[in-house]
Amino acid sequence: MTVFSFHINGDRVEVAAPDHWTLLEVLRYRLGLTGTKQGCDKGDCGACTVLVDGRPWLACLTLAKSVEGREITTIEGLMPAHRKSGGAGADPLQDAFDRCGALQCGFCQPGMILSARALLARNPRPTRVEIRHALSGNLCRCTGYTQIFEAVESAVAQACGTTTAARAWEAQRERACEREDTP
Amino acid sequence: MSARDLHGPGAPWGAATPGSKSNTDFKVVGRALRKLDGLSKATGAALYADDLQLPGMLHAKTLRSPHPHARVLRVDASRALALPGVLAVITGASMPIKYGVIPWTPDENALAVDKVRFIGDPVAAVAALDEDTANAALKLIEVEYQVLHAYLDPFEALVRHDPPIHEDRKEGNISKNVRLEFGAVDEALAGADVVVEDDYEFHGTTHAAIEPHCALASCSADGVLTLWSSTQITHYVHRALAKVLELPPHKIRVVQLNLGGAFGGKSDPFSLEFCVAKLALVTGRPVKMLWTREEVFYAHRGRHPMHLHYKSGATRDGKLTGVDAKILIDGGSYSSFGLVTTYYSGQLLTGPYHFPTYRFDSSRVFTNKPPCGPKRGHGSVQPRFAFEVQLDQLAERLALDPIEIRRRNFQGDFTRTVNGQRVTSNGFLQCLDAVERASGWKQRRGKLGRGRGLGVAGSMYISGTNYPVYPNEMPQAGIQLKLDRSGLVTVFTGGNDIGQGSNSMVAYVVAEELGLKLEQIRVVAADTDLCPVDLGAYSSRVTFMVGNAAIDACRKLRAQLVAAVAQKWACDERRVRLIDGLAIDIEDAARSMTSVEVFQLAESKFDTLGATGSYNTPKLGGDYRGGTIGASPAYSFTAHVVECEVDVETGRVSVVRAWIAHDCGRALNPMIVAGQMEGSAYMGLAEALLEHHQLNRFGLHSGPSLLDYRLPTSVDTPELHALIVESIDPEGPYGAKEAGEGPLHPSIPALSNAIHDALGIRLKHLPFTPGKVLAALRQEQALRPARPHAALDEGSR
Repeated sequence: MTVFSFHINGDRVEVAAPDHWTLLEVLRYRLGLTGTKQGCDKGDCGACTVLVDGRPWLACLTLAKSVEGREITTIEGLMPAHRKSGGAGADPLQDAFDRCGALQCGFCQPGMILSARALLARNPRPTRVEIRHALSGNLCRCTGYTQIFEAVESAVAQACGTTTAARAWEAQRERACEREDTP
Repeated sequence: MSARDLHGPGAPWGAATPGSKSNTDFKVVGRALRKLDGLSKATGAALYADDLQLPGMLHAKTLRSPHPHARVLRVDASRALALPGVLAVITGASMPIKYGVIPWTPDENALAVDKVRFIGDPVAAVAALDEDTANAALKLIEVEYQVLHAYLDPFEALVRHDPPIHEDRKEGNISKNVRLEFGAVDEALAGADVVVEDDYEFHGTTHAAIEPHCALASCSADGVLTLWSSTQITHYVHRALAKVLELPPHKIRVVQLNLGGAFGGKSDPFSLEFCVAKLALVTGRPVKMLWTREEVFYAHRGRHPMHLHYKSGATRDGKLTGVDAKILIDGGSYSSFGLVTTYYSGQLLTGPYHFPTYRFDSSRVFTNKPPCGPKRGHGSVQPRFAFEVQLDQLAERLALDPIEIRRRNFQGDFTRTVNGQRVTSNGFLQCLDAVERASGWKQRRGKLGRGRGLGVAGSMYISGTNYPVYPNEMPQAGIQLKLDRSGLVTVFTGGNDIGQGSNSMVAYVVAEELGLKLEQIRVVAADTDLCPVDLGAYSSRVTFMVGNAAIDACRKLRAQLVAAVAQKWACDERRVRLIDGLAIDIEDAARSMTSVEVFQLAESKFDTLGATGSYNTPKLGGDYRGGTIGASPAYSFTAHVVECEVDVETGRVSVVRAWIAHDCGRALNPMIVAGQMEGSAYMGLAEALLEHHQLNRFGLHSGPSLLDYRLPTSVDTPELHALIVESIDPEGPYGAKEAGEGPLHPSIPALSNAIHDALGIRLKHLPFTPGKVLAALRQEQALRPARPHAALDEGSR
């Protein structure tokens, strides 16, 4: 058992845990930060992604000891940070995921959102291809990724004051309405 | 009387006639609204089973069989029990009663009683202070096995029955055989102008939900057992626990929290649920078990491997005359839903095309592999693959456009299938139109150059079934509403939201019916103590059945609310509308009341406000044994066009884009429907190209991890275009049908057909690996005299 000292979501915390515990175990079982998920426990799925010094990091493959003193952000940290900087509601990226239907079961999404956060921090206007590559370490089994891409693009558009193209089903429904209106 | 008899598919308050396609009268339905639980999931606040920790909680682990087939002669746990920190060890003797999700085929034990039947079959479970101690204890349990002959080949299991995998089965290693014939198939095929006969093979695939199975049990001092489990069917787990633990059901509470994906993989009662319950009863402490990813692969219940033989005949103008199928299904070691799978493998093929005659002969056999079960598109994805490829072969022989042959065989709406299933709304032709137009089919098919092609396929699927797993006359779906004077409505539903958004769907319905804002609605779901029974999230039944039950409950309350307002205003009830959090007088714009005032007025008049609602299917199905299996109150229809690119040097196939048109009745939330369609197509295409639930020659899983079992990443997934077709079903809630499973079916055959368009080769054995592509190319070149434009030549095979 060791006492670890972490800097998590802006808080300095000390926690006693077995030496061999991973960051994921400490977050989930000691700190109650259960937003970070365990999907495979071997670095395949990305559900445990957190940010360490702003970079996506697999908490299940990280010994807790190795990230002492680093800045760790979990999914629970985004909304408070957004509020602290004067924002309302959830983090704009979290809000975009909700708005765009990107959350089905939601299990992969904390990791996915953090990977996207890290992408936007280094590249505020990514292309679809850049989004695909940035999120390729996070497996999603529900969505087929499409609404996730749309959510990231929607958040980017909102931040830039631009609009996104109509989604396939929206465009198709609009066309269908036009056809019905035509006598 | 169920909701179906009380309302049509129109908006509850609108002036539009029933059946109207217009969404203008709906205030909530038909809009791309947010989900109820989206933000809680996005912020990490949503709790899943493994997120719960209770004071004094123990951790449990399972010891699993290293043999695919063996007799368990002796289990000695004394050394494990002596390990400090170990609180209890249980074995098969602790829970000898067999269970199975289908009540006719109970053949599973929570822990092996006398035999193990696959590598990974649970043998013993340990509860300890922490996971490390529990894992250490597993190594100290001594098990003596007598190894038996292992069946890994379904063809062997079909003919060899000694030793049997299940001793008490009358038909040796045959789990189920269904042979049904409708009309004179042999004559119809003999009289056909063209006949295509071929073999197809579907490999196994699995669900691979990102959340591993997890269960936590706690037992109160007065003997009430609570189980929190990552299940998609709380009701069946409830029943199975009562049976196996020999407890009265009212002493058991089963709760499903947020679920991290299921796709059918969390439909069975699972070993871990019984184990934590038993260990909690034994130790008097809460016990949790979280399966590793590897254990999830052993528990499996994924898509059955099938060997499919099809023979189809058609007239010169492309009309089907008969279809004859013989299917061998590799069931793995236990029955699971296998009885239903076997029926579904034949029963669900009889649309969207008219089959004048049809026969299928499906046999599911036991093998010593992880048990197969229901995966998204249960039992019907494999036959659909085979048949839709065969339909393209027929089109090729007749020099017909593949979309055209599908149009010519369209069965129509409001009809009956050859096997006696009632079909109501049917938007299949519109689906074909949509994908034909969007993909540029007419201009592009056959003209994209060698290595690039377009393929089409169609399908139908059920929106629930009237076969309720265990026969009973009670409703399949129940809803309870509680109205609070604060203006809040709490909805209690036994429905399982597994990420598909069923809780949100219920809230949309209630908001629409009672004229409320979404924020005025909370949903309490999937808790057997609090919610009325619902049969759970399977067979694509939830939107159809729970939606109808919600309408039923709302209409009862609505009558009270309207009556109270009309009395207060001394006006005719027809003038009162509940809309957007208000009651308004449609003839006097100055008069309105907030829903809080309405609720309080109604509570004063009628006392505490609440209502129940329910849904049961009408009597459906063919008049023969098994005729109700696959009988659905409504069917969804789908068409896909897939565009692929094949590298002829390496044989690597990639899907460039897919157009998915799906008839979901009315889209209650088009964004959620599109999400289901995209997710389905993604999953189907992955099954065709990447995924393989494969065992080696010893019966050991070839790669039980999310690295070796290749889920597509965001880079591997093609562009997906969801095109929603709304046929407005007369019996669905506001005309809605399912959208969660149907849209998967055509992905796989459409890709095979696209590869044919690209290269002139027919891939009939899944998955479409580079090796198979190259082999087919070599074979095609050997068979074909060298000619220019060989790939465009039709009708040579």
